[in-house]
Amino acid sequence: MDIQSMTAAELGKRIRSRELSAVEAADACLEQIEKMEKQVNGFVRVDREGARKQAEAVQKKMDAGELTGPLAGVPVAVKDNICTEGLETTCGSKILEGFVPAYTAEAVRKLQEAGMVILGKTNMDEFAMGSTTETSYFGPTKNPWDLSRVPGGSSGGSCAAVAAEECPLALGSDTGGSIRQPSSFCGVVGIKPTYGTVSRYGLIAYGSSLDQIGPVARDVTDCALALEAIAGHDPKDSTSIARKSYDFTGGLADGVKGMRIGIPRGYFGEGLDAEVGQKILDTVRMLEKQGAVVEEFDLDLIQYAIPAYYVIASAEASSNLARFDGVKYGYRAEEYDGLHNMYKKSRSEGFGAEVKRRIMLGSFVLSSGYYDAYYLKALKTKALIKREFDRAFDSFDMIAAPAAPSTAPRLGESLSDPLKMYLGDIYTISVNLAGLPGITVPVGTDTKGLPIGMQLIGDCFDEAKILRAAYACEQIHAYERPALVKEGR
Amino acid sequence: MARQYETVIGLEVHVELATKTKIFCACSTEFGGAPNTHTCPVCTGMPGSLPVLNRQVVDYALAIGLAANCEITRYCKFDRKNYFYPDNPQNYQISQLYLPIARNGYVEIQVGDTKKKVRIHEMHMEEDAGKLIHDEWDDTSLVDYNRSGVPLVEIVSEPDMRSPEEVIAYLEKLRLLIQYLGASDCKLQEGSMRADVNLSVREVGKEGFGTRTEMKNLNSFKAIARAIEGERERQIELLEAGKEVVQETRRWDDNKEASHAMRSKEDAKDYRYFPEPDLPPVFIDDAWIESVRERQPEFREEKIKRYQEEFGIPQYDAEILTETKQMADLFEKTTKLCGKPKKVSNWLMVETLRLLKDHGESPEDIRFSPEHLSKLILLAEDGAINNSVAKKVFRKMFEEDIDPEIYVEEQGLRMVRDEGALTEVLEQVIAENPQAVADYKGGKKKAIGSLVGQTMKAMKGKADPSAISRKLEEMLK
Repeated sequence: MDIQSMTAAELGKRIRSRELSAVEAADACLEQIEKMEKQVNGFVRVDREGARKQAEAVQKKMDAGELTGPLAGVPVAVKDNICTEGLETTCGSKILEGFVPAYTAEAVRKLQEAGMVILGKTNMDEFAMGSTTETSYFGPTKNPWDLSRVPGGSSGGSCAAVAAEECPLALGSDTGGSIRQPSSFCGVVGIKPTYGTVSRYGLIAYGSSLDQIGPVARDVTDCALALEAIAGHDPKDSTSIARKSYDFTGGLADGVKGMRIGIPRGYFGEGLDAEVGQKILDTVRMLEKQGAVVEEFDLDLIQYAIPAYYVIASAEASSNLARFDGVKYGYRAEEYDGLHNMYKKSRSEGFGAEVKRRIMLGSFVLSSGYYDAYYLKALKTKALIKREFDRAFDSFDMIAAPAAPSTAPRLGESLSDPLKMYLGDIYTISVNLAGLPGITVPVGTDTKGLPIGMQLIGDCFDEAKILRAAYACEQIHAYERPALVKEGR
Repeated sequence: MARQYETVIGLEVHVELATKTKIFCACSTEFGGAPNTHTCPVCTGMPGSLPVLNRQVVDYALAIGLAANCEITRYCKFDRKNYFYPDNPQNYQISQLYLPIARNGYVEIQVGDTKKKVRIHEMHMEEDAGKLIHDEWDDTSLVDYNRSGVPLVEIVSEPDMRSPEEVIAYLEKLRLLIQYLGASDCKLQEGSMRADVNLSVREVGKEGFGTRTEMKNLNSFKAIARAIEGERERQIELLEAGKEVVQETRRWDDNKEASHAMRSKEDAKDYRYFPEPDLPPVFIDDAWIESVRERQPEFREEKIKRYQEEFGIPQYDAEILTETKQMADLFEKTTKLCGKPKKVSNWLMVETLRLLKDHGESPEDIRFSPEHLSKLILLAEDGAINNSVAKKVFRKMFEEDIDPEIYVEEQGLRMVRDEGALTEVLEQVIAENPQAVADYKGGKKKAIGSLVGQTMKAMKGKADPSAISRKLEEMLK
C-alpha cells in the first residue's frame, strides 16, 4: 500500500514500529502534493523545508522515547485561517498577503505537541465566506472527484487535499457548515465539534459566536483521533469550555443498538436532490436494522435559520474584519491621500466581493435604528432554534440530515446567484446557531459518480455518540477513492 | 432687566485602574516603557487573538460602584464599540453599553456649608486605546500600543451640577474615594483621570434642559473651571443674540482659554454597538459583592470621626490629615510606630504642609517614610535632640528621606547630657566674659542670655538652653 493512501492511525502505527520514518511519511505526502496540486489547488502554501525539518525533529523525539502518541510523525495540513508562527497565514485573501503570524493557534500547537508535522496551509473561501472555495484570492480549489466541480467550502482546500491523499488529516473551520458541506462534496469525514470544545485562539475570526475548528479525515477513527488531539479547555479563549470528557475514540465500534435517530421531515422534502435524500434514508434504514430506533419528526423554525445566521455572522464579521485596515499588517494601498483614504483604498482593493458584501450587510444590521429589528431579532431566533433542538434531543440521541442539498456543483455555477448559495447552507447552519456538534460521513455516490455525505447532528457534548454512529455508517459504505487518485493521474 | 441663567452640568469621568496587567491580556500596565514593549497579540489586535477578562478589573469596578452607592448589575456584559482609528488596533473598543457593571448611584458633595447629592447614571468597564505620535517633519504618524488595553472605568453622572465649584467638589470626591480604594492614582495631568464636561444653560426657573455641548481635553481642575465659565458665557451669548446652541463636541484649548467645535451631532459616529461575542457574560453573585465589600477600606468621613475619638485630634486637623490618602496613610502608619498621634499630626500639619507649599508640591509627592518620621519624633521626645535640631533634621528628611538616627549620629547632633562636659564649657564661658558676669551679678538678669548663647555656640547647639540657664544661675550664685 502507498504511504499517502494510509489513514493517519495506520501511518502513526508504522512510524511508531519503525517500519516507516516521520521523514518518509512527510516525503510521501510532499510527493503526492507535487503530483496533485496542479489539478486540485488544495494548498495555498506548502512548507516543504519546514515539513522535513519538523519530521526530522519529531523522529528524534520519537527515537528518544519522548513522543509516543498515535499521531506522532503523521503529516497534517492546516486551513489558511488558522495562525501558524513563521508560516504565512492569509485567510485566502489579498488583504493578508504576506502576513506571517508571530504566534501559533492553540489547536495547531496541540497538533505539534502530539508530534504531527505541518505540511502547509490549505485553500479556502476568502475569510471563510463562501460554500465553494472559489472566492479565494489564490484561485479556486477543484474537486478531486471531478475537476470541473467545486470541492465545497469554505474548508474546500482541506477536504480536497485529504480526498486527493495529499495528507491523511487536515484542520478546517466551520461557521455555518464549512467543514461538513465540503466533506460531503469530497467524500471525506469532517466534524464540527460542540462550540467551545476546540480553542479559537489563533483562528482568524469570521463569526466569533459560531466559529469552531474541526478535523477532516478519510475515516471516522482518524477524525476522532485528531479531535482528541486538538480538543481541550484553553484559558486563552474565554468561550472555551472545560468538558467532563475528551474521550472521542473509546466505544467507536460499539454499534448503534438502541440509539434513537430522528429524521426531520422538513429536511427531506422540497429543495433536496432526490438521489442524495434516498442514499441518506437508505443508510438510516440500515442503521435501523442494526438496532437503531428511527423515527420521523418535525424540527420547527428551521426556515428562520438562514436569515438569522446571515445577520449574526455578517454583523460579527463586519466588526472582526475591521482590523484589516492597512495600518499594522497585510495589504496597504500604494497610493492614498490621508488616513481615511488609506483605509478606504486598502480595504476596497484588499477584500473580495463576497467579503465586502457581508461587511456591508453586517454594518447595516448593526447600524443605529436597525439593531433591534435585525441583530436583536436574530439573537432571539437563535435562542428559539436552540430550544427546538433541545426539544428534539429529549426524544433522540441524534438527528440524521443531509449536509448539502445536492452533490458538488460545477465551478462558477454558484457565485452568480449568492442568495441561492446562501440557501444551500440550510442543513448545516442551524447546528452552528445552536452550538451543536455535527459530523459528515460518506454514504455512497450519485449516478454522476459524485460522493454523497450524511450529516449526523448530536446534542451538545455528544461527539462520542455521533462518531460511533458515523463509524457504523462507514462499515456499511467502505471508503471510496476518487478516480483521479486511484488511477494515480 | 437681564435674564438670569443657570448652568446645568453632567460629567463623564474616565479613570485608569491601577491593575498590574491589562484588562484583556497579561501585558504590564506600567507607565513609560519604550514604545510597543508592553504589547502582545491581544492588545495589538493581531488576527486570531482573543481577550480574557482580568478579574481585578471587575473587583476595582465593583469597589468603586459600591463606594458610589450604585446598584450592581449581576449579569453584566461587554459590548463592542466600532470605529476606525489607528490608536485602536482592532478598530473596535471593548466597552459596556447595554449592561454596564453599575447603575443609579450617587456621591455626596459639599460646597461651602451646602451639601448635595450628585447622582451617578452608570459606570462601565472598558479598554484604553494606544497613543499616536505625529512626526510633523516626515508627515507620518507612529502608534505606541503600550497603553492599548489598560483598564478604564467610565463614570457618567446625571446633569446634577450647577457650578464649577460643584464640579470640582464632585471630582475631588470621586478622586478621594477611588484613591482610598487603591483603584487608581487619579492624576489628571498624567491622564489617569480624565473628565468630559456636558454643559447646557437655561433661564432660572425654567423646566427642561437647554441644548448641551460636550467639552473634551480638560487636564486640570483649573482648566475645567475655566472651560465651564467659558462655555457658559458662549452659550448665553448665543441665546441672547437669538441664536441656537448646537449640540456638538468641543475641544478646550487651555492656553487660548477658548474652545472649538470638533464634531456636531449630525456627523456623530454610529458606533454599531453589539455584544462582544468573545467574552461570556460576567455573573456577579452575593459572595463576590460581599468579598469586595469586606475589603472596602475606611473612607474619609469614618477616619475623621475615628481620629477625633481615638487620638483626640481636633476635627479641623483630622479633616486636613484625611484630605489625601497619602497623608492619612502616613499619619496612621507613623502613629502606629511611635504611639504619639498628636506629635505626628503636628509634624504633618505644620512642618510638612509648610515645606510642601514652599516646594510647590502636593502630599502625593512626599518622599519620607513613616519609619523615619517616627524615629525623628522619638529622638525629639527622648530629649536626644532639641527642637531646632529636630526641624533641621526634618528638612533634610523631607528632601532626601534620610534616616534621622543615622543622620544625627553622623552629624554629631545628639544633645550633650554630660554634666562634667557642660560644667567645663560653662567655666570657660564665665572666664572669657567677665563683663557679662559682672552685669548679671550687678542685677542685670538679662545678661545671662548672652552667656547661654555663648555656651550653645561653644556646644554647637547640642545642649538644652533651659538646662544651661539653670546651671549658670547656680554657678553664678
